[in-house]
Amino acid sequence: MLKGKGIPVFITFIVGTIMIFSFFIPHKPFGDLEKISLNWYSIIAGFTMLLGVDSLIGMHYRKITRRTGNWGYSIVLIAGFTGTVVIGIIETIRLGTAFNEASYFTYIYNYFIVPLQSTMFSLLAFFIASAAYRAFRARNFDATLLLITAIIVMLGRVPLGEQISPNLPKFTEWIMQVPQMAAKRGIGLGISLGALGVSIRILLGIERSYLS
Amino acid sequence: MGTTIGIWIAAGLTLFIYSFLYKDNPFYKFAEHLYVGITAGYWLIYTWAYVIQPMLLDPIIKNKEFILIIPAFFGIIMLTRWFPNIAWLSRWSIAFTVGMGAGLGVTGAIQGFILPQVQATLIPLSGFNFETFNNLLIIFGVLTTLIYFYFSKEQKGVLKYGSKIGITFIMIAFGASFGYTVMARISLLIGRIYFLLSDWLKILK
Repeated sequence: MLKGKGIPVFITFIVGTIMIFSFFIPHKPFGDLEKISLNWYSIIAGFTMLLGVDSLIGMHYRKITRRTGNWGYSIVLIAGFTGTVVIGIIETIRLGTAFNEASYFTYIYNYFIVPLQSTMFSLLAFFIASAAYRAFRARNFDATLLLITAIIVMLGRVPLGEQISPNLPKFTEWIMQVPQMAAKRGIGLGISLGALGVSIRILLGIERSYLS
Repeated sequence: MGTTIGIWIAAGLTLFIYSFLYKDNPFYKFAEHLYVGITAGYWLIYTWAYVIQPMLLDPIIKNKEFILIIPAFFGIIMLTRWFPNIAWLSRWSIAFTVGMGAGLGVTGAIQGFILPQVQATLIPLSGFNFETFNNLLIIFGVLTTLIYFYFSKEQKGVLKYGSKIGITFIMIAFGASFGYTVMARISLLIGRIYFLLSDWLKILK
């Protein structure tokens, strides 16, 4: 009985119903429930971090022990992880928090994570351009429209666009404020209605795929 | 001294990543794996410093808020996934978080998005001016986009034409989003090149 899906479905129903009730009753103890629940959610999510780290490190540890392809880079990954965690613990003990401006942990963030992350994302500037060329070649009306809009928006946001025509930035602004916003709103409404439907199905126990 | 070493490290790692533009190579792989490892370590410490300690341990130890044992229990049983014979317990934690998400999803979707967006679409259509034209276009665009995503009935007749117009609006939106994404990436690229030329090589002041 304990191993079945009955208890989880019951927990989902009770917790979800309390959340809905708390929205309509802004008095204690219901009024604070949303805030408390979000804190609890963060705590549970914090524990799941361990699962993620275990999965990542476990996979690379196995690569090293089995000497599978490119296992040397797995050593780099585990060394990077271990070094960061050890420095984080030492700095927490030394300074009270690892996030102090003067800590070596912040040094790692500033000189390793920030440049690596921003360079990784900037690398996409090259690939997004080549992918766009392949994907959006003006093969039909819709693809042409997408391509033209993208070009107008890009040009309208840089000084070159204003050099071409002073009206280009204004036209870009109009695209963003009117047709783009209309479609975005329509998509958003569709997503929200879908999320609403799925939420109700989950609360009523009709949708149970998250338990499999 | 520490800053100088840091700038050299950052510059080296930046060049390692950009070496991928030539082809996949050991320098890129090194930087890529280092990035994943360091980031995982960073977020582990972050979770401890900003979630577990201030939200769970400090309130229990300092303020005697023993009610927090409940989320701690659900958090710990999430880790039963490591032990196959009791892994089923982790479903309770998942049920708890999913229930919370679904409950917030119902009220959040209605109050946070659907009603404000519908309200923002109910706009005046008075007078023959550019604003009225824009408002009409917004209403028309929202409705036709919704029609495009309406799959409960076969799209023929009015629905077919509505759907076709809807896809036109959607393509404009995707084009604009794509343009924005490209611009964001290019500004990051400019930032990195500026870093190399300014902070590292000191060519730019």
